[in-house]
Amino acid sequence: MTTVTNGVNVQALLDAREVLKGAPEAAQFTWRASSTWRDGVHSTTTVQDFFGLGEERSHKTESVFEADHPEVFAAEDNGITPIEYLLVGLASCLTAGVASVAQNRGIQLRSVQAAVEGRHDIRGILGADSDVRNGFNDIKVTFTIDADASPQEIEALVAQSQKRSAVFDALTNPTDVTVEVA
Amino acid sequence: MSPSKSPEDRAIEHTDALVVGAGHAGLAVSRFLGGAGIDHLVLERGEVGNSWRRERWDSLRLLTPNWLTRLPDHPYQGPDPDGYLTAREVADFIGGFAAASRAPVRTGTEVTSVRAVADGRGRDGYLVRTDQGEIRARSVVIASGACNVPVVPGFKDALPDSVRQLTPFDYTGPAALPEGGVLVVGGSATGVQLAAELRRSGRPVVLSTGEHVRLPRTYRGRDVLWWMQSSGVWDQRHDEVDDLERARALPSPQLVGTPERSTLDLNALIELGVEPVGRWAAVRDGRALFSGGLRNVCSLADLKMERLLDTFDEWARKYADDDLTDEPQRFAPTRVPASARLQLDLRGGEIQTVVWATGFRPDYRWLDVPVLDAKGRLRHVGGVVSDSPGLYAVGLPVLRRRKSTFIHGAEDDAREVVEHLAGYLAGRH
Repeated sequence: MTTVTNGVNVQALLDAREVLKGAPEAAQFTWRASSTWRDGVHSTTTVQDFFGLGEERSHKTESVFEADHPEVFAAEDNGITPIEYLLVGLASCLTAGVASVAQNRGIQLRSVQAAVEGRHDIRGILGADSDVRNGFNDIKVTFTIDADASPQEIEALVAQSQKRSAVFDALTNPTDVTVEVA
Repeated sequence: MSPSKSPEDRAIEHTDALVVGAGHAGLAVSRFLGGAGIDHLVLERGEVGNSWRRERWDSLRLLTPNWLTRLPDHPYQGPDPDGYLTAREVADFIGGFAAASRAPVRTGTEVTSVRAVADGRGRDGYLVRTDQGEIRARSVVIASGACNVPVVPGFKDALPDSVRQLTPFDYTGPAALPEGGVLVVGGSATGVQLAAELRRSGRPVVLSTGEHVRLPRTYRGRDVLWWMQSSGVWDQRHDEVDDLERARALPSPQLVGTPERSTLDLNALIELGVEPVGRWAAVRDGRALFSGGLRNVCSLADLKMERLLDTFDEWARKYADDDLTDEPQRFAPTRVPASARLQLDLRGGEIQTVVWATGFRPDYRWLDVPVLDAKGRLRHVGGVVSDSPGLYAVGLPVLRRRKSTFIHGAEDDAREVVEHLAGYLAGRH
């Protein structure tokens, strides 16, 4: 019996995995965000509703995200840069994965810190050099983990969290994106 | 002749057990059926050991060393126990086994359909149609192989026409390819072997790999498969494996059987000048897009190899004999390039040929019994197709044990499947 308490209800996740194996349609989720332009390069995006397990659902509360650009971009810096939201997504997704995998493997975590760095050549978005891409050149995530586990087990936790990460996959593999005018 | 028999019944042949396929697995089943005195037939579309004769590339050798290559009462007896049989030698080895066990094989007989029939007298069974006529069988054992059809991603159709595409079924050796760069897709034994061979032929080679199984050829002076065998890892049963679905879907380990007993992991390929890239995810505007997750799949493979070596060492501490003098060793992590390419222009001429080493699947088009799952895989428990009594399978990955698809893995599986089948014929279940 495991006495590990990382606060992840792994049993519920494992049960869901079994149920959804036989019900792929219930596994189809749609995540949504709704954005409004403020002024300049500042916009506000809200997130509350999503679809999943066959019906419309809602987070307990609405979350509001301000996106802008720093003053060096001649902007007002009302919020973080959109590309920084990708780092938020990646760090939180991998961290959630580390906690879940640790729980499943009976590893007690004491602290998990992730430092994320995305290197970005902005000549791409400025159109200054057509050979430079718009997005990150690369991203580096450095975990510092204190847990009842060997260094090898911690390496394995981090490796497994990438293997099951939605954001890691979304960033490392191409996704078909449609942008249209309503 | 009983007057109650229908004209159809009168005309066709009957057998208690019909085995589809005279490869090593089907012949091992035949051996145990014969031993149990069960009337049976083995049908083979081509010759005995057909896929080894016709569907393998020229340089292929078994991954298992010869001392481990054995079928029931039929060990390897040649002069080179530490060597690895060539595909042709495997075919001959299987042929020798068929002859030694006097297996009732009917070659040149292709099964075109198997369906369940009830004869109305409580003797249910199967009607087997072949290109040589029909046979009624009380039970059927599917031994037609796990690697009948190469699996190729759907985006193959999006590749420019200028790029030649091959599967391992079309590939014989480097000489069959045009000059110029080759993109080998898949990090299994097939992928690494073809990448190495093509690189040695002087061609630039890019290897695209997702999750893979890294193994050293030898460990502490012994073949790594000696360790798999001795430590009991290979005998782990289907009902003991943590995640059976995953175990069954694992790519073959990065191994090659060569006289030098050399390791063929990604580091060895990088040494040869092969360029690794991530899993091939999509084609967009004539460009191949590779996953940025190469570092992760390499680290997963390194960690899993280390865990396996830990298992070996632990076993060795407890049980190994004194001959094992070599100390535990650990291997350098995979040297993932600092920045692996994420895309490659397929129209630019750099890549002339794409070789799909993206796996194989069985061909069940002839099986007219509803026993496949939504992904086309046979639903079975340890080779017993419970949804259709009297139907069995052998020779599939981790059928009953981790070693199921290896030549020497056939014996234990075949024995147990035949035990169940004999019980079924005797009306016990």
